[in-house]
Amino acid sequence: MKGGLARRLGLGGRGAVIAVPLFWLLVFFLVPFLVVAKISLSEALIAQPPFAPLAEWDGLRLMLLLNFENFAYLWQDPLYLRAYGFSILIAFIAAFASLLIGYPMAYAIARSPEPRRTILLMLVILPFWTSFLLRVYAWQGFLRSTGTVNGFLIWTGIIDAPIQMLQTNFAVLLGIVYMYLPFMILPLYANIVKLDESLLEASADLGARASVTFLRVTLPLTLPGIVAGFMLVFIPAIGEFVIPELLGGPDTLMIGRVLWNEFFANRDWPVAAAVAIAMLVAVVVPIMFMRTLGERLEAGR
Amino acid sequence: MRRIGFTTVIAVIGFVFLYAPILSLVIYSFNASRLVTVWGGFSTRWYGELLRDPQILRAAWISLQIAVATATIAVVLGTLAAFVLMRFGRFRSRALLSGMVTAPLVMPEVITGLSLLLLFVSMEQIIGWPAGRGLTTVIIAHVTFAMAYVAVVVQSRLAGTDTSLEEAAMDLGARPVRVFFDITLPVIAPALVAGWLLAFTLSLDDLVIASFVTGPGASTLPMVIFSKVRLGVSPEVNALATIVIAIVALGIGIAGWQMRRRKDG
Repeated sequence: MKGGLARRLGLGGRGAVIAVPLFWLLVFFLVPFLVVAKISLSEALIAQPPFAPLAEWDGLRLMLLLNFENFAYLWQDPLYLRAYGFSILIAFIAAFASLLIGYPMAYAIARSPEPRRTILLMLVILPFWTSFLLRVYAWQGFLRSTGTVNGFLIWTGIIDAPIQMLQTNFAVLLGIVYMYLPFMILPLYANIVKLDESLLEASADLGARASVTFLRVTLPLTLPGIVAGFMLVFIPAIGEFVIPELLGGPDTLMIGRVLWNEFFANRDWPVAAAVAIAMLVAVVVPIMFMRTLGERLEAGR
Repeated sequence: MRRIGFTTVIAVIGFVFLYAPILSLVIYSFNASRLVTVWGGFSTRWYGELLRDPQILRAAWISLQIAVATATIAVVLGTLAAFVLMRFGRFRSRALLSGMVTAPLVMPEVITGLSLLLLFVSMEQIIGWPAGRGLTTVIIAHVTFAMAYVAVVVQSRLAGTDTSLEEAAMDLGARPVRVFFDITLPVIAPALVAGWLLAFTLSLDDLVIASFVTGPGASTLPMVIFSKVRLGVSPEVNALATIVIAIVALGIGIAGWQMRRRKDG
C-alpha cells in the first residue's frame, strides 16, 4: 500500500518530485567530486584559477593532458604519507576512546528513570547545538599552561610547574573525543534503550556472572549501535581541521590540515585536489564497510 | 549499591568532561582582566567591547542571513528527499538518492568545501555562473550538507507515522498534492521545525566549508572568530561564547518544557 500515494501522483508529478532533490545533490554533491578528480590530474599554474586545462584544442586535434605528477608527489614526499597514517591512527584511537567513555554513559542514561533520562539526554545534545569552534576554543583556554587545568593542579599541589598540554597530540585526541562524544552516545543510547531487560535477567537466573552476561548478551545485542557510533566518530575525525589547528602543535600533521595548507597557504589547487582524492579513499572504504556490516546484521536478525 | 556504581561513576565523569571547559569559559567571560591567569574581579566589560566591534557585528549579520536562507531551502529540499525515500516505494534512482542523502553527514568538511569551490570555479568558467563567490555560493554549499540532516530528521518522523490517514484521504478522492499539504505536512510539522533549527545552527557554526567557498567581503562570523582565536586569547570571544550558550540553553529548555507540557496535557 506504500506505493499507493505515489501511483496516484501519476508519472509526471512523481518524476518531478524525485527530480528536485536528486538534481540538487547530483550537481552540488556528486559532480564536485568529478571536478576534484579532474583537477587533481592537471598541472598547477600561476594564474586565475591556478591550474592548467585538462584538454586542449589546437585547431586540428584534441589533446588530453593527464598529469599524474600530483599523486606521485604525494607518494614521494614522506610528509603526506605520515599525515595520512597519523590521521587514520588518531581517528581510530579517538573513536575507540569515545566508545569506552560513551558506552557506560549511554547505558547509565538508558537505564535511568524517566524524568531524569530526558534531562540527561538533553545534556548530551546541548553542547552539540553550541558552536563547534567555540568549544574547541574553550579547550584551548582550559589546557594552556596558564589555563584552568594547570592552575587547578598547581593549586592542589600535585605539580609545581605547569605541564605542556596545549599543542600536543594528546590535546588533539582529547579534543576529538570531546567534540564527537555525542555522536557516539546517541546511536548507542537508541540501541541500549530498546534492549530487552528480561534477556539479562534470564542470563543472570541461569547463573551467568554479570561480566559474562555483558560479554555474551548485552554486547552482541548492542553491536549495531557500537558500529554506527564508531563510524560516526572515526570518519569525520580523519579529515578534521579545526581541532589539530587550534589544539595541536606545529608538528601535528593531519590530512585535513595538510589539504587546508596546500590550498590556502601554498595555493596549489591540483595538489590539494589530489590530497582530497586520497582522503576520499580513506573515508569511502569505512563507509562501505559500515553499510555491508549493517546489512549483514539486519539479515542475521 | 555496587551494581549501579560503575556506570554511574563513568557517567558523572563523562558529564563533567562535557561541561567543565564550557563552564570555565563562561566564568572567564566575566573576568575584568585580559589575562587568563589573573582574576581581575567581576566585569561585563568584554560584552560591551563585543557589541561595539564592527567587524564582529558585520560578520554576525552576514552569518545570520546565510543561516536563515540555508535553513529555509534545506527544509524544503530535505523534506522532499525524505518524503520521496519513505513514501515513493521503489524507483530507479532510489539507491543513488539514498546514498547521496546520507554521505554528506560523515563527509569531512575539507573535502566538501574544496570540491564545491572547484565546482563553482569550473562552472563560472564554462557557463559564467556563479559570477564570483560570496553569499550565494556559501548558501548553496550549506544547503547541500544541511539538507542531509533535515532529511534524516524528517525520515525518522515519517517512519513513525501511520500511513492510514493519507490512504483514507486518497480513498475519499483527495488529490496527492492536497493530501500532502492537508495531512502529511501537519503531521511532520514538529520535524520540520527541528530540521530548520538544526540546519540554521549548522550553517551558523560552519567555518571550514564557508572558508573555501566564500568570496571577498563575505567573511562569516566563525571565520572572524577563527582569525581572532588563532592570534591568541580573546576575551571578546569568551563573551560571545557565553551569549551563544545562554541562547541555546534557553531554546532547549523551552523546547523541553513545551514537549513535557504537551505530553502531560
